[in-house]
Amino acid sequence: MAMEMRLPVPRKPVSESLGRETKKHLVVPGDTITTDTGFMRGHGTYMGEEKLIASVAGPVERVNKLICVKALKTRYNGEVGDIVVGRITEVQQKRWKVETNSRLDSVLLLSSMNLPGGELLGQGVLVQVPPSLVKRQKTHFHDLPCGASVILGNNGFIWIYPTPEHKEEDAGGFIANLEPVSLADREVISRLRNCIVSLVTQRMLLYDTSILYCYEASLPHQIKDILKPEVMEEIVMETRQRLLEQEG
Amino acid sequence: MASVALSEAEKVYIVHGVQEDLRVDGRGCEDYRCVEVETDVVSNTSGSARVKLGHTDILVGVKAEMGTPKLEKPNEGYLEFFVDCSANATPEFEGRGGDDLGTEIANTLYRIFNNKSSVDLKSLCISPREHCWILYVDVLLLECGGNLFDAISIAVKAALFNTRIPKVRVLEDEEGSKDIELSDDPYDCIRLSVENVPCIVTLCKIGYRHVVDATLQEEACSLASLLVSVTSKGVVTCMRKVGKGSLDPESIFEMMETGKRVGKVLHASLQSLLHKEESLGPKRQKVGFLG
Repeated sequence: MAMEMRLPVPRKPVSESLGRETKKHLVVPGDTITTDTGFMRGHGTYMGEEKLIASVAGPVERVNKLICVKALKTRYNGEVGDIVVGRITEVQQKRWKVETNSRLDSVLLLSSMNLPGGELLGQGVLVQVPPSLVKRQKTHFHDLPCGASVILGNNGFIWIYPTPEHKEEDAGGFIANLEPVSLADREVISRLRNCIVSLVTQRMLLYDTSILYCYEASLPHQIKDILKPEVMEEIVMETRQRLLEQEG
Repeated sequence: MASVALSEAEKVYIVHGVQEDLRVDGRGCEDYRCVEVETDVVSNTSGSARVKLGHTDILVGVKAEMGTPKLEKPNEGYLEFFVDCSANATPEFEGRGGDDLGTEIANTLYRIFNNKSSVDLKSLCISPREHCWILYVDVLLLECGGNLFDAISIAVKAALFNTRIPKVRVLEDEEGSKDIELSDDPYDCIRLSVENVPCIVTLCKIGYRHVVDATLQEEACSLASLLVSVTSKGVVTCMRKVGKGSLDPESIFEMMETGKRVGKVLHASLQSLLHKEESLGPKRQKVGFLG
């Protein structure tokens, strides 16, 4: 059995480890952004007493004459074409209420159940992350080479599940596959889950390449050790390194 | 307790994982999540501690006040527990929602401390039948992430270790009236010995096996749990079963043995951490809430 107790360590600001030269202008609600009235107000700002004030916490973004503040932690705002993973909370007469980490519960009509692209999920693990950390990509369904599959919902719900052996044509109706998942698959899924959690704590964007690099960087460590703060920092640092090399 | 909605398939996945000793986050059945403990975080208390166990965050403050001893125990002081489940922890605790859980936890704390050896109550007596120290232990639940009882008991033990009670002297006049004099020196105080203070180990039965330190999702898959309160020497002071399901006597015995084993390691780690923190001295860097 393992038991570890430690004293808390003050958190290091993320930008220090990134070594950014330009410091972003961070604001909190109530901070004055500028007293120059020539700018157009974007999201996250409002005009008060002759100056532009922020209403959310985050970095200030400026595009020519438009100033807006990009919120770090918000609920999910849906867009057309997004993939979302939701949890069904209520069953009503003709529709299902779905929880998607947005401001209101979503609604799923029974008639739209058989449309392509929508499916009910079986065994697996759900990880909840801030929606702003999920990168927008062409496809959100990834079969990772390590042996598990991942669905990155734009709403911050990430579903990790064992790769199905063969694609079956469902005759109709849904029967969850409740057979025990093999130990090897389980290890991969747990490792992926811990990697995603570490990427989120270090505020890295989540997409298939970053998750895969993080997985490979974590292989020398035991699965349960990945959640220790120092191991987490180490593997995310390595992931960042590899991603920079790949781009540059 | 705060509950989380899970689908049948997710529950099956968790149960099968526990059977094979590989939980969702990679831990084994007897592994704890990483615990962070810090004492002396609240300045206007006699002792305080904050414990973070995964997503569970507990703050305990101890205040020592003078009062009259209880009638049936005139030579001893006593402890009063109060647990506040703040609405910050989870939306279910809004308004009066957290009161039931709060009283349940407080009653459990009363039970585990209700024996002669946990805390030396005689040292809290100032003058028999007249004055004694009453320790008000207030527990605040900041965040609820599963395994509340364990985290609370660790925090209570750490806060009691950190408690400093000022030394008092009883002066008697010629007329016989007593006067209590508080020592002027703020460092002149008595400390409690927390060697025999028990800690709670919660064992949740999932499928055919039991796990220690369950997360919210694992608690949702478990029908019955056993709370075992263990001292550092492995002595069980109290046991309680929670949950709708049933436990057969063999399981109870196995869970109790696991609880004793795990409890001893828990105490050893906590003891060494508290001593290490104390050896850093009063000039150590305090992290507190904004760290």
